[in-house]
Amino acid sequence: MNLATTSLRQLAQALQARQISSRELAEAYLGRIARLDPGLGSFITIDRERTLRQADAADARIASGTAGPLTGIPIAHKDIFCAQGWLTTCGSKMLSNFVSPYDAHVIEQFEAAGALILGKTNMDEFAMGSSTETSFYGRVKNPWDPTKVPGGSSGGSAAAVAARLAPAATATDTGGSIRQPAALCGISGIKPTYGLVSRYGMIAFASSLDQGGVVAPSAEDLGIVLNTMAGFDARDSTSIARPAEDYTAQLDKPLQGLRIGLPREFFGGGVSADVERAIEAALQEYERLGATRVEISLPNTALSVPVYYVLAPAEASSNLSRFDGVRYGWRASRYEDLGDMYERSRAEGFGAEVKRRILTGTYVLSRGYYDAYYLQAQRVRRLIVNDFKSAFAQCDVIMGPSTPSVAFGFGEKTSDPVQMYLSDIFTISVNLAGLPGLSIPAGFGEGGLPVGLQIIGDYFSEARLLNVAHRYQQATDWHARVPALANV
Amino acid sequence: MALTENDLRHLARLARIRVEDDETGPMLAQLSGILGLIDQLQAVDTRGVEPLAHALDLEQRLRPDEVTETDRREQFQAVAPQVEAGLYLVPKVIE
Repeated sequence: MNLATTSLRQLAQALQARQISSRELAEAYLGRIARLDPGLGSFITIDRERTLRQADAADARIASGTAGPLTGIPIAHKDIFCAQGWLTTCGSKMLSNFVSPYDAHVIEQFEAAGALILGKTNMDEFAMGSSTETSFYGRVKNPWDPTKVPGGSSGGSAAAVAARLAPAATATDTGGSIRQPAALCGISGIKPTYGLVSRYGMIAFASSLDQGGVVAPSAEDLGIVLNTMAGFDARDSTSIARPAEDYTAQLDKPLQGLRIGLPREFFGGGVSADVERAIEAALQEYERLGATRVEISLPNTALSVPVYYVLAPAEASSNLSRFDGVRYGWRASRYEDLGDMYERSRAEGFGAEVKRRILTGTYVLSRGYYDAYYLQAQRVRRLIVNDFKSAFAQCDVIMGPSTPSVAFGFGEKTSDPVQMYLSDIFTISVNLAGLPGLSIPAGFGEGGLPVGLQIIGDYFSEARLLNVAHRYQQATDWHARVPALANV
Repeated sequence: MALTENDLRHLARLARIRVEDDETGPMLAQLSGILGLIDQLQAVDTRGVEPLAHALDLEQRLRPDEVTETDRREQFQAVAPQVEAGLYLVPKVIE
């Protein structure tokens, strides 16, 4: 079985038909990882024995006739999800010794479904970054070009799936961390509506924005995985209680009459010509599928970046105060007193970007600045949400580029944090509004690097978004292209 | 607004992060860049706009006041830097 060209759905069928066992499948993926990942760096932790034990249990379950759609399928998990018995680092030195004593809700869901944990993927430290360069565990190379970044913060998950080292991987998205790396690595990725996937056991960065999701080669595979991942969880106070939905049920629905909103602010200045060309070609494909274009405006798009860089650091400075070297995580080896122990443990355990965000958050929440920054940002956040509400009165989905350019080089944006922040200009507003968004491959730009098409939907329209993506993927084959190194 | 070295030291103190002398220069430059970015918000007219904390109008759920967790102290303390007799150890704070 050629893992570079077999979809998750096909793997599931092969398992059910006993053409392959879960153990054979797990060994095949672990073998690919052993051969290819030393050159990519997409995984932080692999635990072969643990994965194979799960595979044997899955094989027994398949034999007993009680298997579900994901039973026996290996899934890679972003190292932000706590998994009992697994080192869970969140990309940080702070958690370099943290073997989780419990499972995230998402991990519980996959365990119940009989899926295997294939390994834990590399990421920007505490999910703060857009290139995975802030990880304590080394750089992740873009499988399409080893001199380019994979995007971030879910860069390990995206690179692993792009190189077909995993059929799918979990990821999280606070300002674009699923959609941007999916775009730069030429795969599909969905960030669901805020509240659809439980944040319990998902290490917190900015709680009003963080949302778990999936990356996989195709929209169909995203839907299969999301069916297991989504669901109400009372332990997450913002989890949303909704009847279970089959995200694959509408995949084949025709797109005749679909109104695609094109925000003026997502086109023109600020988008590189190669990306714009690929997006235009994708839009023409959608017209052939029966969709029509509607020009819309999201006038406050440019303000989404400054709003985000007030609110996310503010929430992060609060969330990350738990890392104090007392209950878990890194503790400095030498200190004078309790205060010194906190300060040295945090100085040693956190990297430069995390410190910048904590300090920024501390600043905007401090006396005298709270109203001017924090409350003002929350007011502008409402303006951004209202922009989307008006837009969805005129269209069914919104489309545009996921990123302003194709993958950039290592070190290109690390010296100026603001340049790095601006690479998320098209994705951030979606988190501020809590809307679902996905990115799918839409051809190639400069240097043969992938371009991502972003599709944004109204609240809880995941099934519709996946349908819109799937029909495009039935008409094109961009999602089936794999980088040369994956063809082994 | 320009950030001074004193401001930075104050913030670092509030955030409980030790900053070494040779780190302050680059940190100040980068934080000033970030503050320049977020200062764009000052020019936006938001009169009459209510601050928004959460995009979906959610109400805080309540649950019966019952014990739902089991005692897993040993497992949770297994990952702590220093424990003794079920207690987390820190440097002495009271003489």
